[in-house]
Amino acid sequence: MEIKKTSLNKLHQSNKAKFVEFAGYEMPIQYSKGIIEEHKFTRSNSGIFDVSHMGQLFIYGDESLTEELEKIFPLDLKNLKQNCSKYSFLMNEDAGIYDDLIITKIEEGYLIILNAACKDKDFEILSNLLGSKFKMNLDNNRSLIAIQGPKSVEILNSIINGVDQLSFMTGNWFDSDNQKLFVTRSGYTGEDGFEISISNDKAEKFVENLIEKGAQLIGLGARDTLRLEAGLCLYGHELDINKTPVEANLRWAISKSRLSNGGFIGSKKIMNQMQDGASKIRVGIKPEGRLIAREKTKIFDDTDKQIGEITSGTFGPSVNGPIAMGYVDKEFSKVDTKILLEVRGKKHPANVCALPFYKKNYVKGVN
Amino acid sequence: MSEVKFSKEHEWITLEGDVATIGITKHATEMLGDIVFAELPEKGSNVEKDGTAGVVESTKAASDVYTPVSGEVVDTNQSIVDDPAKINEDPEGGAWFFKLKIKDTSELDTLMNKEEYDKFAKETSS
Repeated sequence: MEIKKTSLNKLHQSNKAKFVEFAGYEMPIQYSKGIIEEHKFTRSNSGIFDVSHMGQLFIYGDESLTEELEKIFPLDLKNLKQNCSKYSFLMNEDAGIYDDLIITKIEEGYLIILNAACKDKDFEILSNLLGSKFKMNLDNNRSLIAIQGPKSVEILNSIINGVDQLSFMTGNWFDSDNQKLFVTRSGYTGEDGFEISISNDKAEKFVENLIEKGAQLIGLGARDTLRLEAGLCLYGHELDINKTPVEANLRWAISKSRLSNGGFIGSKKIMNQMQDGASKIRVGIKPEGRLIAREKTKIFDDTDKQIGEITSGTFGPSVNGPIAMGYVDKEFSKVDTKILLEVRGKKHPANVCALPFYKKNYVKGVN
Repeated sequence: MSEVKFSKEHEWITLEGDVATIGITKHATEMLGDIVFAELPEKGSNVEKDGTAGVVESTKAASDVYTPVSGEVVDTNQSIVDDPAKINEDPEGGAWFFKLKIKDTSELDTLMNKEEYDKFAKETSS
């Protein structure tokens, strides 16, 4: 299959991107300054991320759509206000996660942002569940640009006046350069920021404008170190079909009002696990010293019994040390529990720690 | 000091008497990106030509460091373990990895000179 390119591909090239294939797309892993510089620039200034490979699924409908979606997602959608967003999951009957997503109520229905590697399957699953009653559009004509970091609000507001009024996890349509953009105050770096849905033919000029105002392009490499420092899950690593939201320590994302009656896919398993606890759970892990424990590193207790596995691990540039997340047996999930990580045949000491590794700077607001 | 020689695994080596100094090339550091971890062989241990003699890790991945010649490890550069970013800054100078007392200097004969290595690096990275 031919590799897909986003509408910013040429711009990445002219900014000396190193490319990798990610979910069938040619995406920039880093630019000339490198991952650590890009990471730090995002934390201190404003980074631009091309996330156009992600799916933008518009589903059109009224209250009957809300009712149908409540049978799928563990959310109180009836009480979700227009232009407000929620983090959620598409699950199977065993509460295994097909995808994690952001769903926003818009005037015409819902906008769901899906992971690139999952979006086609998600579309198929949702189409089967919803039938032909509602119009669905996995929109390939729109790009998705994230701008993240403390200076982003000032930079974006100078181009799209009014975005500074958005609260965290809300969005709205804005007019700019004779077209409608959908802007949400959200992101996946632990910083204040926005995601902008824009038609493909306007995306390049829009990003050039952001660069002119002082923001810089940031690759997927730094996106990964930023989200890991912020303790955020990445599908295919912390989340997959064999893990549930309770095991992933994402109970907060399940609406309390939905737990008494269930009625969403996977609700039985979720309600059981909420009550009895899960046997394994996602935790933050800090190796002692400088050792980096990558994905699939085995975790042991001091009696040589394997108690878990790392799902992501790298060097955190803002933390200035190695960081990781992984799953451990419940009894080892308490903060400050001593564990051992097997790297290159040797066991190295590490500690279970609280998440996030890096404190968030989200703006206050609803939610 | 002898002429700098290079291996296909992107190490450089210089010889002074029977002691070789070994590090990774600038080209290697450019391929790896930001280096955030380095592990060196133990002083007093023996390493074999083309065997692993250390590890470097970037934010993205781990890579083995190989030794282009056999010998006994007589010194290691602790400063790159404490501050791995030095490897990106000065890979072919201050950020050497280890020194070996070598028995067979002829092992260096199969290695590349600078001109040959530059050509090799260019061909293999494109």
